[in-house]
Amino acid sequence: MSTAIALLALTEHDVMRALDAVIDPELDEPITDLGFVRSVRFTDVGVEVHLRLPTSFCAPNFAYLMASDAKDALTALPEIGTVIVELDDHHDSGIINAGLASDAGYRGTFRHEAESDLEELRAVFQRKAHTAAMERALTALLRSRSDLLEADVAGVTLGDLPDDGAKEALLRRRETLGLDIRADSLVLVDDLGVPYPAASAALALRRARSTRISIDGNAHFCRGLLATRYPGSEDDQAPRAEETFFPLTDLIRTTRRSVA
Amino acid sequence: MYQKDGESFFIVDAHVALWDARPENQRNIHGKQFIDCFYDYHANLSPESEKWSYEEYLYQGGERFMRDVFADDIVDHAIFQPAALGEFYVNGFGQTEEAWALTQANPDKLTYNHNFDPRNGEAGLDQLRADAERFNLKGVKLYTAEWHGDSRGWKLDDPWAYRYFELCRELGITNIHVHKGPTIRPLDRDAFDVADVDHAATDFTDLNFVVEHVGLPRLEDFCWIATQEPNVHGGLAVAMPFIHTRPRYFAQIIGELIYWIGEDRIQFSSDYALWTPKWLVEAFVDFQIPEDMTEYAPITMDQKRKILGLNAAKMYDIPVPAELQLPDAPETETGPRQPERADLAAV
Repeated sequence: MSTAIALLALTEHDVMRALDAVIDPELDEPITDLGFVRSVRFTDVGVEVHLRLPTSFCAPNFAYLMASDAKDALTALPEIGTVIVELDDHHDSGIINAGLASDAGYRGTFRHEAESDLEELRAVFQRKAHTAAMERALTALLRSRSDLLEADVAGVTLGDLPDDGAKEALLRRRETLGLDIRADSLVLVDDLGVPYPAASAALALRRARSTRISIDGNAHFCRGLLATRYPGSEDDQAPRAEETFFPLTDLIRTTRRSVA
Repeated sequence: MYQKDGESFFIVDAHVALWDARPENQRNIHGKQFIDCFYDYHANLSPESEKWSYEEYLYQGGERFMRDVFADDIVDHAIFQPAALGEFYVNGFGQTEEAWALTQANPDKLTYNHNFDPRNGEAGLDQLRADAERFNLKGVKLYTAEWHGDSRGWKLDDPWAYRYFELCRELGITNIHVHKGPTIRPLDRDAFDVADVDHAATDFTDLNFVVEHVGLPRLEDFCWIATQEPNVHGGLAVAMPFIHTRPRYFAQIIGELIYWIGEDRIQFSSDYALWTPKWLVEAFVDFQIPEDMTEYAPITMDQKRKILGLNAAKMYDIPVPAELQLPDAPETETGPRQPERADLAAV
């Protein structure tokens, strides 16, 4: 099969679905849902994708991670031809685009500013994403189970969670961290899978909540800034589930009862 | 002084700037990118009635500054927190001479904080001594994402930063305002990480560390550090305008802050000229935690008084009318953290 024929077979839809796999580590969402994909254009020899971010001063390490992940995801498509990924309008666009074009890798791209790799950075945000997913699942359970008190969450197992999106998201993030996903595993665990004693469960949940609020807040802020910077880009953004954005009324009733 | 429904509030705007981002002062494309980023913040988070044109956003000048910051005599005192940004702007971003002249002309209304960059080494230490004397410094504004030659950021726990903090201690500069911009060095780690605040606050317990933007986008890390370090405070710059665009998110920020660090260590600021203080003060006095968000206690008028001015006034010894003073609240249930509970630090 010649390249030209194969290219005819690939559509923008295919490209976007491949890019669904690229996650903004800080916001724990696909770049396609965030509106970060500015354009997809097929060329004579392959595909050219442009990315955009909410500000010129978004952290360049995350910017590079997303751009290089995008290039990897597209290069993995069969018969894609030449893949060009460029980041637009960023203070480090020149450095990052040159590095991507020459496949220089992280250290080759950033030279003296890079020490080893970005894997620890990625891991930090995978841990935060797990913490937030754990809080969402437990908070949803507390809302729906009036018999359950905040202090009881230490004993909740994965099997106790309803089979919904929150649980599915939690399982995926546990798998990413290499944590147990069997039904009898406890939900409230630290990054290493170690459970909390009942006495500190409420505080651990509370701490997880501040992580979740921070991530959700950033996601809303970044969406808004992107729409301000690139008018019309809001149409490319999938709404972030407002469900996780409170209200916690039911939970609170439960908490207050436990205090009383 | 702001008055509403028989209630009085002493207002300190703890973070204002007099900047010049006009094209003739831009050193390079980054000068434009920087002010464009600020303008997008402004445009995205301001009510329509408070939105400025891009041109008026570039530079305000002293006269307009005084008019905007002290509009309707709401703000009693404001504190300059200038960013130098010498790599982006010919004459710097914060306008030192103009701000200092305003401060001298209005000593009851303005406090001038300056800045330093530990990468200036010994020469910078001498400069800090001279600046402390000239400006009678009580505080400094540090921007850790500042570019400097080949370096694009520094950390508060760098050895040279410690030399500067030791000098601050000697010179009586007790209030260290930290703006955690995206620190680029080293790129391997989280650019917004606030762990260096933790180290510096532990090693300099006699200095106050005011983390601007309450650590956003790392609110949770900031809250955790602040529960453990009683000399860590939160500045509400950039968080304030969420009160308009995302009041429920704002409620969560305030709710989390009061839960974790308590009402005595949170400072109001408009971040002028990013936003103006008048509408923010009015909105905050009217603000209440939404009723359905019952996991946070309702915010009280006295808590608002502390946040809007009393906390910063106390830190800067700004005189407050006796009838408006308030005692400190008891310690929060979360802190300071005891060593036996440190296991939770890994959450």
